[in-house]
Amino acid sequence: MTAYEAESDVLADPGRAGEPAAPLLEVADLEVSFPSEDGRVRAVRGLSYRVSPGEVLGIVGESGSGKSVSSLAVMGLLPPSARIGGSIRLRGQELLGLSDTELSRIRGRRVAMVFQDPLSALTPVYTVGDQIAEALLVHGGRSTTASTARNRAVELLDLVGIPNAAERVKAFPHEFSGGMRQRAVIAMAIANDPDLIIADEPTTALDVTVQAQVLEVLKTAQEVTGAGIVLITHDLGVVAGTADRVIVMYAGKAVETGTVDEIFATPRMPYTLGLLGSIPRLDVGRGQPLVPIEGQPPSLVALPPGCPFGPRCPLHEPACDAAEPELLPAPGAAPDHRAACIRTGELAAADAEGGELAAELFDAHVVEAEPVDSATRIDREVVLGVDRLVKHYPVRAGGIFRRQVGAVQAVDGVTFDVRAGETLGLVGESGCGKSTTIMEIMGLEPPTGGSIQVLGSQVEGLSRADRKRIRRDLQIVFQDPMASLDPRLPVRDLIAEPMEVQGFDKAHITRRVPELMKLVGLRSEQINRYPGEFSGGQRQRICIARALALEPKVLVLDEPVSALDVSIQAGVLNLLDELKARLGLAYLFVAHDLSVVRHIADRVAVMYLGKIVEIGGVEEVFAAPQHPYTQALLSAIPVPDPEVERRRERILLTGDLPSPANPPSGCRFRTRCQLFATLGADQQQRCIDVEPPRESALPAEPDAPVGAHLPDHDVACHWARIRTVV
Amino acid sequence: MTTTDVTGGTGKSVPTGGANPVDVPLDAIEAETEGVTRGTLVLRRFLRNKLALTGLVVLALLYAVSLTSPLFAPWAYDEYDYLSFLQPPSASHWFGTTQIGEDVFAQTMRGLQRSLTIGLLTAAISIVIASVVGACAGYFGGWVDRGLMWIVDLLLVLPSFLIIAVISPALRGSSWILFVLLLGLFAWMITARILRGMTLTLREREFVKAARFMGAPSGLIIRRHILPNMASLMIIDVTITVGSTILLETGLSYFGFGVQPPDVSLGTLIRDGSTAALTTPWLFLFAGGLLVVSVLAVNFIGDGLRDALDPNARRGRNVREDEDPEVEVERA
Repeated sequence: MTAYEAESDVLADPGRAGEPAAPLLEVADLEVSFPSEDGRVRAVRGLSYRVSPGEVLGIVGESGSGKSVSSLAVMGLLPPSARIGGSIRLRGQELLGLSDTELSRIRGRRVAMVFQDPLSALTPVYTVGDQIAEALLVHGGRSTTASTARNRAVELLDLVGIPNAAERVKAFPHEFSGGMRQRAVIAMAIANDPDLIIADEPTTALDVTVQAQVLEVLKTAQEVTGAGIVLITHDLGVVAGTADRVIVMYAGKAVETGTVDEIFATPRMPYTLGLLGSIPRLDVGRGQPLVPIEGQPPSLVALPPGCPFGPRCPLHEPACDAAEPELLPAPGAAPDHRAACIRTGELAAADAEGGELAAELFDAHVVEAEPVDSATRIDREVVLGVDRLVKHYPVRAGGIFRRQVGAVQAVDGVTFDVRAGETLGLVGESGCGKSTTIMEIMGLEPPTGGSIQVLGSQVEGLSRADRKRIRRDLQIVFQDPMASLDPRLPVRDLIAEPMEVQGFDKAHITRRVPELMKLVGLRSEQINRYPGEFSGGQRQRICIARALALEPKVLVLDEPVSALDVSIQAGVLNLLDELKARLGLAYLFVAHDLSVVRHIADRVAVMYLGKIVEIGGVEEVFAAPQHPYTQALLSAIPVPDPEVERRRERILLTGDLPSPANPPSGCRFRTRCQLFATLGADQQQRCIDVEPPRESALPAEPDAPVGAHLPDHDVACHWARIRTVV
Repeated sequence: MTTTDVTGGTGKSVPTGGANPVDVPLDAIEAETEGVTRGTLVLRRFLRNKLALTGLVVLALLYAVSLTSPLFAPWAYDEYDYLSFLQPPSASHWFGTTQIGEDVFAQTMRGLQRSLTIGLLTAAISIVIASVVGACAGYFGGWVDRGLMWIVDLLLVLPSFLIIAVISPALRGSSWILFVLLLGLFAWMITARILRGMTLTLREREFVKAARFMGAPSGLIIRRHILPNMASLMIIDVTITVGSTILLETGLSYFGFGVQPPDVSLGTLIRDGSTAALTTPWLFLFAGGLLVVSVLAVNFIGDGLRDALDPNARRGRNVREDEDPEVEVERA
């Protein structure tokens, strides 16, 4: 211990005056293991990287790849049971082995961290200003007084783009929205002008539009402080737009490193290739084959020798199992591009690149368009019709006599229809009312206003028996497959449940369950397992099998892939595509991820604050979005291609979703609208006074005849104009 | 870019977009494709648990012996042997005799039978009331919840001991079944409150919502989803209630309710014998030992049942360490 102390004294403030070429952070052979019931879990197995000042290093990997653990090790925040080996040097100073007190001096002042969940990163009982001031006071020394800290807190909040910072500094965390909280956390992180900021999934919990804002703030923060940033994320799109260099992690090890362009353009490790191929891209759409990576990451308890990715790798050969491949410079690539694969040479020699190579390698195909498309849309049966649906939740106040003081207008006049054999994507930020809409549909209860029509029957005036009959044709798959499967029921009972409720006989059920399992790609010998023994992707397959048990005509999918890792997500999306083609299902697909919607949907409806602002065919809406909100949403989605990302112009929405209890007058989007700001005063007045009706959109071609309208593309904006953003 | 028919491409009928389904391991346990229901599966997992089976056998044996003992024991529990007072175990008195010449073996057997019945019955009554009240209050909410919780609160604030004392003159002389009912009636409230809380959180879980969207009636949802997910707590509660009721009964007997002489229970035996535990240990040891054994057996059964119901428990799974399903990943 004394040795470390001596060293740290000598290097009390190293770096700043030292040689400039020295890396800011140098991690070498980092090993982290945790005890568990089955033996030690080797979460990180020999990770080495360096970060230079001002550089953004992206660490990508699926859940359980050790990316967060390695960064917690840098912060010294691992639990005492963790065993850490190797070396972590910050400007030459060894951090491993320092006591907690010594680390506390470094944490917050020289290394700062931004966590994933901004709500739990802030203490609920102190104001945001106090918490930022605390960070300043703890590390500021004697010169910092409470009042200077407070003034600085206001400056910092202003810097991260919180409007009216002088007022908001007195607010409590719960009064902030998710995006604002994350900004406040970033403000705290940069308060002491740190050398290094570690951002652990900083935008995962946020909506896309807010994610774009927060990433922008992070960039600003980096420019202001000149710090190096370690950005940990599972989203390759985020990395493509932000990072300079990338590390891809798998099973506790770096499997590929290089500059962001190199990694995205010429990946040399099959895993990276698979990851890149598994993401549905906003700029490609339907024609893109999605690459599912089979299997799941290995357990880190007793790793067999050989390449840990071997069992899931399409290029696997016996030599792969001999020894774990080293991270070596990839042949035919830039010198700092390294990959851990013995067959990188063959990948380099292949004539295809990127997504195409991935599709070829993993044998992924585009699902053939189904014959049902041949009939025109108007001729097909409406399987689900929603007409001016209204759902208001009363807001009550007072003690004994709880009178109603207002209403949360969760859904306020939503109209759409889903016809046989088609997929309607319903998209929007959280809080826009998309979940309420599907819960209203699934509830089959008369709504507050408007009407719901399922397979030709109106929901009002349904008898109990009618409702039960309709439920056979209307099924739902929930977002989180863990939560929507009773952990205490075996797979057989789970899949049989809807049939039992509908009163099918036992013989039928016994015959049908294995059939269904086969249909969704589960092996029938897994029939007596419990959901806890399956991976996320398989659990979602169980949910789908269960939803299909009664041969429904409409399937409501509530964000079915957002809880899954990208490589697994691809498999589920392919399955859904398949089933739709084979069984002629109609989907109502609710999602916040527009790239997923682009991949799977035929039509898309964009919701904002309880209203549909634009609806139409996926190709038209994505290619030529007319509503400013659609444009903003589309531009906020990162594309996993650094070149495209750099070229794209981003529309940044200001602020957050207004409260649905008190929506703005006229056009609900006007408070955040980028178009609104450019309008003249009289035009703006119209937005404020008149709610824009949903009308057929004007055609994209400038030479189209006057008065021509697109048949199936509605938009609700007074000043709708096309702006290409993808 | 290749665009081929998916099923054609892989030559399999499994529709997974070119990829084979599997995300996990074949660990060939229960390689049957005929699904069985939860009941069968739970039973199978329970029977695999040796400790729980032992508990069950021990409990059954204790019951059987205590019930049949009058057939083979030389003395009855209310007989007096005026020739031997306070004698240690011998050939004619297997567990020795008391100060007034009662046969300790006959008494212990009689007491065991009484105590086990009282303990198990009370626990069963209390858990049934608690789960029905707790689950209904939590699941239905509203007036049902308020009404039931009002009753629970009422029973909680009323001192149960006082109530039993007040009504006991009316019950004097009537059967001990009534006494068991009374005990059960005052043992369920706290459990019901806990179960109601758990139901409140379970009700909001998606799998309950999913069942509701399937059109499953409330009763079925409670039986199928709510109660099994609270089973761990219910089982622990039952095992504790069995032990504590046997002891509580002693306290009540002391005040003249419950099992009255000449009838005996393990509790009364332990109470009477414990004062002389060091000088004449046979009065206390056999009754005490059997109490410990029977409570232990109940605990083992409870543990086994809990593991059998809980899919995450390792014991029920029959997986050897070296072939843990997570370790092996199937080759593609």
